[in-house]
Amino acid sequence: MAHISDLIATDIEQYLQAHEKKSLLRFITCGSVDDGKSTLIGRLLYESKMLFEDQLAAMEADSKKYGTQGENLDFALLVDGLAAEREQGITIDVAYCFFSTDKRKFIVADTPGHEQYTRNMVTGASTDAAAVLMVDARRGVLTQTRRHSYLVSLLGIRHIVVAINKMDLVDYAEPVFRRICDDYRSFAAQIGLDDVTFIPMSAYKGDNIIEPSASMPWYHGTTLMGYLETVEVDDQRLQKQPFRLPVQWVNRPNLDFRGFAGTIAGGVVKPGDRVRVQPSGKESTVARIVTRDGDLEQAVAGQSITLTLADEIDISRGDVISTADAPAGSADQFETTLVWMHDEPLLPGRPYLLKIGAKTVTATVTHIKYQVNVNTLEHVAARTLELNAIGVCNLSLDRPIAFDPYADNRDTGGFILIDRLSNNTVGAGLIHFALRRSQNIHMQHVDVDKAARASLKHQKPCVLWFTGLSGAGKSTIANLVEKKLHAHGYHTYLLDGDNVRHGLNKDLGFTEADRVENIRRVAEVAKLMVDAGLIVITAFISPFRAERQMARSLVAVDEFIEVFIDTPLDVAEGRDAKGLYKKARRGELKNFTGIDSPYEAPEAPDVRINTVTMSADEAATYLVLELQRRGGLGD
Amino acid sequence: MSLTHLQRLEAESIHIMREVVAEAENPVMLYSIGKDSAVMLHLAMKAFHPARPPFPLLHVDTRWKFRDMYAFRDEMVSKLGLDLIVHINPEGIAKDINPFTHGSAIHTDIMKTEGLKQALDKYGFDAAFGGARRDEEKSRAKERIFSFRTAQHRWDPKSQRPELWKLYNARKHKGESMRVFPLSNWTELDIWQYIYLEKVPIVPLYFAAVRPVVARDGALIMVDDERMPLHPGEVPMMKKVRFRTLGCYPLTGAVESEADTLPAIIQEMLLTKTSERQGRVIDHDSAASMEKKKQEGYF
Repeated sequence: MAHISDLIATDIEQYLQAHEKKSLLRFITCGSVDDGKSTLIGRLLYESKMLFEDQLAAMEADSKKYGTQGENLDFALLVDGLAAEREQGITIDVAYCFFSTDKRKFIVADTPGHEQYTRNMVTGASTDAAAVLMVDARRGVLTQTRRHSYLVSLLGIRHIVVAINKMDLVDYAEPVFRRICDDYRSFAAQIGLDDVTFIPMSAYKGDNIIEPSASMPWYHGTTLMGYLETVEVDDQRLQKQPFRLPVQWVNRPNLDFRGFAGTIAGGVVKPGDRVRVQPSGKESTVARIVTRDGDLEQAVAGQSITLTLADEIDISRGDVISTADAPAGSADQFETTLVWMHDEPLLPGRPYLLKIGAKTVTATVTHIKYQVNVNTLEHVAARTLELNAIGVCNLSLDRPIAFDPYADNRDTGGFILIDRLSNNTVGAGLIHFALRRSQNIHMQHVDVDKAARASLKHQKPCVLWFTGLSGAGKSTIANLVEKKLHAHGYHTYLLDGDNVRHGLNKDLGFTEADRVENIRRVAEVAKLMVDAGLIVITAFISPFRAERQMARSLVAVDEFIEVFIDTPLDVAEGRDAKGLYKKARRGELKNFTGIDSPYEAPEAPDVRINTVTMSADEAATYLVLELQRRGGLGD
Repeated sequence: MSLTHLQRLEAESIHIMREVVAEAENPVMLYSIGKDSAVMLHLAMKAFHPARPPFPLLHVDTRWKFRDMYAFRDEMVSKLGLDLIVHINPEGIAKDINPFTHGSAIHTDIMKTEGLKQALDKYGFDAAFGGARRDEEKSRAKERIFSFRTAQHRWDPKSQRPELWKLYNARKHKGESMRVFPLSNWTELDIWQYIYLEKVPIVPLYFAAVRPVVARDGALIMVDDERMPLHPGEVPMMKKVRFRTLGCYPLTGAVESEADTLPAIIQEMLLTKTSERQGRVIDHDSAASMEKKKQEGYF
């Protein structure tokens, strides 16, 4: 084979010199279990002689034990990894394989083709420059082919090869190949894929993988390996982008050195270049590019470097250093595409952590514009996104970030969402653009502020946030507390769950998503009322910790008092003043907290009221005293 | 300007190390003295230059490494001015665990697996760099770069966090820890090429030299010190050998070789095609053995 160099035996030093200059291509293979994808990868490994004798021996032994190819070698066994998968005979996660030729080193992301594994494919594709889409020549372009094509184009892969496999099973017939090419082309145009190459092949027999196939003399195009060795690796394109350095770590070994370390996400940098730091907008000039092997005269996209600047300006982890000519944008509201990656669905209004580059901020989805049906590409209305769903959503952040549209730069335009309680990575997102309102709507300065309004009322505004099961006694106690405060001349407002649902929130139901939105609105209203100088009492089940935490975060630290009306489920159900528990038990009321919808009790409430040992009136008196003790009632 | 594959691998590893240092509270680098550790340490020196790597090295010792390895370790640490923590499982010392009387499985479990867990708990490390590569073994091909362990140090292959772009979610609950593998995407050939190109210092045992060995179960075992019990009538042979991988000397097979330069080693590797783990006696059990070990907490 041409790519296994004879130099290894004859002149190893020259071989090594040649190999030091190889480039790196990362690509993804997509297809279903039956398309022969693992067989193809196994063959690439085998043919590029990257297998060792003991691996071959193991494959031969395994082929007899688990193989699906009879007496022949089952190349798929080289790729399929974990014990459980091996027994099921399928790949269930992203696996990375490595091989190399004289020209390139390759990293292959192997991802499964099942519908429920969108998450894995998106993960695998995020780092890749090219994609190999497997099509079974007998079956042609299938729904899953369209799905995979959409996903790779969504993730910004620009070079697609459609590998029309199992040509040996259709007698190497050219018309079969042509028909599939035509089918695919009409579809590819719709989703904006323009660099598409079609190769007829047989991974099993080795046709057009490394060597041109003798069985398909009508095909004059490249072999798969020929394609992979020459397709553009994206380096050049990224280097033409404006300079971006997301700052990962500030290097301060002593008082005289202050370096900004990170991986260049786009462009080229040289000492003397004028740069702007986002989101602060401050400017300076690059002084040095420092490495352990001496200073560099320039550095390019993809390199991990340390910069020093001519001026002492305040830069911390998460900031982005850009070229001053074309700096990154800075905004706090975006239109994005979100891919949901977790069993627990996306809840609009719930705060998640958003990590982009080296920056982590808090973000909420304010609006799901639509969900994309990945099979038909239709837009469907959605109030939430389930695992493997893809939607176009507006996002609102708690502070501005530096960004580029994902289409321009993956590393400054791609982000992940993290659940604040479980710490799981629950979603991945691509920034389309900043919402114009985030750049044009500024907070209007007002002269009469919260303190001024409060002082006129001779009180210190706050929120008494009641939480507890239905029937725990929230409304009853809240009502008594307000009566007592009112009697003492305090300005109060009681936001009660049922009452609010008759007005402000009458469009909301009781699904998890609606409950989150219900609480988000109430929290925002409570915040406005605190700003107005009022003592606000809220009486909502507010079952989820995340939303109570969000409500707390909207006001000052000492302005939020979480009151847990602690009533055991059996006691609350025994009271059942509204007959709701009976209905729920009969199955007539869905999503009822405590029955078929969870209640996450506060771990450390500011006040806990045990309604089994305390009457409603005692509880109210206790709360007023507690408010006094905390200085909430002024002088 | 186009980056070479080694430049891109280097940049990725450095990015990963900086991310851990920025997000973890108390990171540590596991240092096994082998060639992968040598490359990892070299990359760490680059990642944080001109500062020194802001974490100590941890060597989980078994007391059965080659003498050359101990000498090399101490020399590197003093030359680079790094902090080194050496941990030996005290229970293993008390029971005098060794590969001869207890066999490789028990020796490895107590001295390495248990020893590592003890050391991580003792010093409260919440992130540990390891030099494992995805090309070493099939189950590793599917492990993430940031790999989470429960407070009991267990790995669950079914619930791994997706890793997209260069974004790593390093958040964890109290008691949980992460193992981070900056060399995940390197192959054995990449490692050797990088050592050659960057003149990374490695233990002399990788180079062929005349050494005393005995043949045991088809493997050549070096008689590295007087603790090696010889069978009746067994006399060490002087052979020109080298090691493709380094571990406890009684568990590490030598190969006969003339390769005493880096190009010769790489040449030999490319021509002989025996994958490197074959020299490790622990791997011979079954194909799924590494996965089992990993779920139990072996690195």
